[in-house]
Amino acid sequence: MSTSASAAGPVATRGTEGAAAESGPPKRKALTERARAERKLGWMLVAPAALVMIAVTGYPILYAIYLSLQRSDLRFPNDTAFVGLSNYIAILGSSRWWTDLFHTVLLTAITVSIELVLGMMLALVMHRAIFGRGLVRTTALIPYGIVTVVAAFAWRLAFSQAEGGFVPKALGLSTDPLNSTIGIWITAILAEVWKTTPFMALLLLAGLALVSDELHEAAKVDGATAWQRFWRITVPLMKPAILVALLFRTLDAFRIFDTVFILSNSGVNRNVETVSVLSYNTLLTRLNLGLGSALSVLVFVCVALLAAVYIALLGKDTIASGTGAE
Amino acid sequence: MRLVTASLSTVIVVLALAACGGSSSSGKTATINVWAGTQPGGSFQDAAKQCSASSNGAYTIKFNALANNPDAQRQSLVRRLAAKDSSIDIVGMDVVWTAEFAEAGWIKPFPTAVADRVRTGMLQGPVQTATYKGRLYGAPGNSNTQLLWYRKDLVSRPADTWDGLIKQASALPKAGRFEIAGAAAENTTVWFNALVASAGGKILSGPRTPNFGPPVQEAVRVMGELADSKAADPSLAQQKEDQNRLAFQSGQAAFMVNWPFVYPSIKTAAEGGDKTAKQVLDNLGWMPYPRVNANEPAKGPIGGFNWGVSSYGKHKAQAFAAAACLASARSQKIYLDKDGLAPTISAIYDDKKTQGIYPFYGLIRKGLETGAPRPSTPAYSDVSLAIYSTLSPTSNAAKPNALDELRKNIKTALSPKGVL
Repeated sequence: MSTSASAAGPVATRGTEGAAAESGPPKRKALTERARAERKLGWMLVAPAALVMIAVTGYPILYAIYLSLQRSDLRFPNDTAFVGLSNYIAILGSSRWWTDLFHTVLLTAITVSIELVLGMMLALVMHRAIFGRGLVRTTALIPYGIVTVVAAFAWRLAFSQAEGGFVPKALGLSTDPLNSTIGIWITAILAEVWKTTPFMALLLLAGLALVSDELHEAAKVDGATAWQRFWRITVPLMKPAILVALLFRTLDAFRIFDTVFILSNSGVNRNVETVSVLSYNTLLTRLNLGLGSALSVLVFVCVALLAAVYIALLGKDTIASGTGAE
Repeated sequence: MRLVTASLSTVIVVLALAACGGSSSSGKTATINVWAGTQPGGSFQDAAKQCSASSNGAYTIKFNALANNPDAQRQSLVRRLAAKDSSIDIVGMDVVWTAEFAEAGWIKPFPTAVADRVRTGMLQGPVQTATYKGRLYGAPGNSNTQLLWYRKDLVSRPADTWDGLIKQASALPKAGRFEIAGAAAENTTVWFNALVASAGGKILSGPRTPNFGPPVQEAVRVMGELADSKAADPSLAQQKEDQNRLAFQSGQAAFMVNWPFVYPSIKTAAEGGDKTAKQVLDNLGWMPYPRVNANEPAKGPIGGFNWGVSSYGKHKAQAFAAAACLASARSQKIYLDKDGLAPTISAIYDDKKTQGIYPFYGLIRKGLETGAPRPSTPAYSDVSLAIYSTLSPTSNAAKPNALDELRKNIKTALSPKGVL
């Protein structure tokens, strides 16, 4: 439940900010001594957490950027030098990066779209559940509560013929699905969808709660079908929630690592390699800190771009709905 | 109040324990931490105990088990060594890590006296894998080489060259497959290196100098030939050594090039009531690694691991002594006995017991004497990656641009930039 609260957070905050901005200027002047003191106290209470956050996230990011501009390899400790952007040039000029980026984008697009559809269905079921609502919501969340590596291993053990999985036996397959590229792709998509649909459903459920029943009843009186009510009332009203859900899931899916790594046998099958697996292998198997850090920075940039696109969409949407309401 | 007393007493106990630990390590007996992948039979731990007991109190070996998978072992070790972790004294190194570890300064060369003692009676191949720039960086603990395994009921006289074997296998009406590991992993590098060496060449002539002579061309040709022939397993591009063994054991193949572990594995399956495996075992034949040129003996691959001494441990003298002990004939007999690991000491093969475990012991000893280690370069993992990502799927070797691709990729791997 805490996830849904935090996920609904940004939307709610935006709403109140907007409200404050509308009637802001006169009130801001009238800020009393006490309010100012409270604000100061607030900052001081937040400061330690903020400082720790900066230390544990800011420092590694800056260090990675610094390393990415170096020729630095753990195997050749005496051969370290500043090389400018040459690591980035090497990566962007390599077909491996583009292939892996394509794998990542494809995997993200497929899994997130399936999750959105299934998640919406699941959210509607959870929203409309008459009895056992708590039970339904809890069961739906179980896959999300499982550690990703453990879930990936569970899927691998189920699908691998070599490891005696029941799926190849049940389907009567003659070859090991995890020995073929397409087999790993399908298994990875299934595992991801199974694992993260509940998260999507939970975020969407929070959005569904925003849609008031009166609107539905009014539309029903006007003769709208269930389908029309869903597309004309539910979806537009919960658009910000959908965007937030998509934002979280896309950013997560783009960084997919565990599932692919485990299913492709520690990243051995390079036809399913994603950018995160590539940067892991470059850093930790081949110990090339320069190239590996440059890869991590590039993954970071990709994720930042994705986030920027979503936030732009989200901002436009809230502004649009704000003016619409007026 | 009770809580306070309880926690106080805990603190006191911990302090007392710490004091004990301190006094024992500053005393005469050094604790030597060994980090290596564990073996199912637990033979490393047994050898460690025996060495500790026979050191007359000079050292006690503490065995720390790493993962089973060599890549995972390397990752754990390298991370610690790069951080100069002093809690590592001895590392169990795969034969291909020597150059990398030595060049990075993570391991120390053996002092001359210990090195001479270790080398005495050792087979040439394993010693070469532990040598970098003329110095011994590891005490060979066990070794391994591949043989040609065949079905006597299908082939009465197997050819001794790759070309001959491919022809024989293709001509067989049924079950003519030739099993070899072609997955995009180290196994492909193992295969390619053995082919190049058997054709009379080397992939690298120096730690950073590629050597693209006719032997490399020959090796690529042989791989392409097999991939294109009827003898190739349809899943050649995904197969690793154990999948080869399974296919062979289930009667799908006439030939297989593989490590000796296949013998006990097939035997276990046959004893477990698998009828096909029993039939395969009854008709199992073995030959030396196939030749590339009919008039030139083959040079098979060399596997196994060496005991290296970390540069950052606190008790180097004791660590060298312990490493030598872990590689001694007495320890190697334990490895062989409990885990079936092939010894690196020639004399052990004269033992009746060895001959019972390995009926093909003569071929192994000869293979280890004449075999070809893989390239000795600190950039080994890049070079290996370049090789297997170019030559797997094996059908890539049959493409007209295979050689150019291989040259280009190996060159990039050897450049300081590294490969993705």
